[in-house]
Amino acid sequence: MSDIAIQFENVGKLYHLGSVGTGTLSHDLNRWWQTKILRKEDPYLRIGETNDRAHRGNSDFVWALRDINFEVKQGEVVGIIGKNGAGKSTLLKLLSRVTAPTTGVIRAKGRIASLLEVGTGFHQEMTGRENIYMNGAIMGMTRAEISRKLDAIVDFAGVERYLDTPVKRYSSGMTVRLGFAVAAFLEPEILVVDEVLAVGDAEFQKKAIGKMQDVSRGEGRTVLFVSHNMAAVRSLCQRGVVLEDGGMAFDGGVNEAVDYYINGSSLAEDGLIIDSIQKKKSYLDLKEILINGTPANRTSLKPRQEFLDIVIRGTTQEAMKCEVKFIIKKMDGTPMAALIEGQYTGKLLDLPTGTFEIIKHVRLPKYLADGEYLVDLMLHQPYIQNFFVAINCLTLNINGFCDAFAHPLRLNEEGFIGLCSE
Amino acid sequence: MTDDWTLVIKPKKRLLDLDLKSLWRYRDLWYMYVRRDIVTFYKQTILGPLWFLIQPVLTTIMYMFVFGGLAKISTDGAPQPLFYLSGIMLWNYFSDSFNASSNVFTNNASVFGKVYFPRLVVPLAGLTSNLLKLLIQLVLFILVYIGYRIAGVQLPIRPALLLFPFLVLLLAFHALSWGLIISSVTSKYRDLKFLVAFGLQLFMYATPIIYPLSAATGRIRTALELNPLTPIFEAFKYGCLGCGTLSWGGLLYSTVFMLVMLFISLIVFNRVERNFMDTV
Repeated sequence: MSDIAIQFENVGKLYHLGSVGTGTLSHDLNRWWQTKILRKEDPYLRIGETNDRAHRGNSDFVWALRDINFEVKQGEVVGIIGKNGAGKSTLLKLLSRVTAPTTGVIRAKGRIASLLEVGTGFHQEMTGRENIYMNGAIMGMTRAEISRKLDAIVDFAGVERYLDTPVKRYSSGMTVRLGFAVAAFLEPEILVVDEVLAVGDAEFQKKAIGKMQDVSRGEGRTVLFVSHNMAAVRSLCQRGVVLEDGGMAFDGGVNEAVDYYINGSSLAEDGLIIDSIQKKKSYLDLKEILINGTPANRTSLKPRQEFLDIVIRGTTQEAMKCEVKFIIKKMDGTPMAALIEGQYTGKLLDLPTGTFEIIKHVRLPKYLADGEYLVDLMLHQPYIQNFFVAINCLTLNINGFCDAFAHPLRLNEEGFIGLCSE
Repeated sequence: MTDDWTLVIKPKKRLLDLDLKSLWRYRDLWYMYVRRDIVTFYKQTILGPLWFLIQPVLTTIMYMFVFGGLAKISTDGAPQPLFYLSGIMLWNYFSDSFNASSNVFTNNASVFGKVYFPRLVVPLAGLTSNLLKLLIQLVLFILVYIGYRIAGVQLPIRPALLLFPFLVLLLAFHALSWGLIISSVTSKYRDLKFLVAFGLQLFMYATPIIYPLSAATGRIRTALELNPLTPIFEAFKYGCLGCGTLSWGGLLYSTVFMLVMLFISLIVFNRVERNFMDTV
């Protein structure tokens, strides 16, 4: 027996845009005539276009998914990421048999439980206990199974006191906790999870992610996880699949996949730092911004590089009391290091009206982890105002530092900065 | 690596793929749906399950007044309350079951859109919870019946009464198959929904509920006999009220009609089930 748990083969799904019901009867008749009587190809299958929601296409039909080919091994935890409308949910819907694919085949081994929503089938009038049974049964558990796990479910959800109260009296958070708790105690071979962790308080999110980790690591189950929370994807998954306009854009290690996705979405093409300014005071006119000696939005720090220069040139029609704010972030947006000197020393620059030039000679830590980083650059008066803001204005490639036969730090295992000992 | 897949998801499947095995596996879900229907029916009411009885009693009184009193429609010698109650009881079972299965897709779209389970569980649960309702009403009917006998009214009990379970089964599957066809079509074309409510009301008058079949003659009678529900109602009244007729031919016709419709409805349901989320 091979160890592949799920196999997608040329899977595609065609959707009809616009309002269903107008013209569908004639399309249905036409399709039936063409395929069943004339034995021709389905006229509507050919004209579908790729799924790019921002551009208007010529066809009423769109491929929400097209040519999806990949395999998931048993026990693997795969994160599926992509922009809104890239086809993530459609993929999960196909897998959970809510709707059928238009082309291709999906093969799977074992019971699939899908969590596309928490608390499916909850009835407002029924009590928490009754709803646990209802929801569990919908997910495919037997009554005996639920009775056995009831205590654990109630305990996990933390709603014991409200167990015999109708769900309509619950707070929305409690409903979600109850729903997730039922799902957490399903024991399927394959678990399909859509963005359900975005709800509940911080304590519960932690609990939920922990439970999913147990399920995948401890119990060796296969998990497909869709989320926009990159930190959750990174911590849960080993492998990442990036979907773009209904097709597969990337398949590989989860860190590479997340980096690919974030790069693709925030810094689409090579440009200039100065073009990424999102907000600016009208009296401020910027001529040039150089970071690390280049105006381009992509640069590299070499090993042993000690300083990074930031140069901002322009003119202002109003005097400014300001300083440069420079933040280095991980690709998922977590800040790693910042230059905000005014905030910790209280000293700000005084720029009079007219032409100005700001040069910051930033000392870099010696031991940096190699990898790609994002940079935010701002000119601000701390806690008062921003003169300009450029979030994600630069991709910084850090080559890391290593001596002779040593190895540079790895960001995810060892952190951004290497400490030194005396 | 060809055969050890336990699940294969493909665009098309066979015309009739009932998958009774997985239906059986989800029997607990069927039970939960039945329970939900019953429990939520009387949540936050004072009289609770008594409402199952109050409805038919009020309807019976109304019919006695309108059809028996004002319109003077014959009940073929049977006491009016029993005559109307028997008709209302069976008709309610049919129409409630029909409504339950004709709304399967539209009422459960949110659940069907999130989880897979054999969709047939839901209409079957609808039949069952309505059956429980019918049984409660049957108790009422029997009490009234006994009351009349004690009062000395002559009411025959004929062996045809043994057909009762079969009659209920026939009604149930008529309701199921018609309902499934309607639900499959309305999931895409909503127009039908408006016709159905009206059609059902009309259909009630085309069934011998408030009048005996014997009251109709000529072409009207032929038309009524074409209604596959007619022999069911007539057979029940024949069995315990002494009016009505027992027509074996009619029951056979009704059964064959039901089987054909059931077959068609399952094929249609099967097709729609696969993709209805995209069109609902």
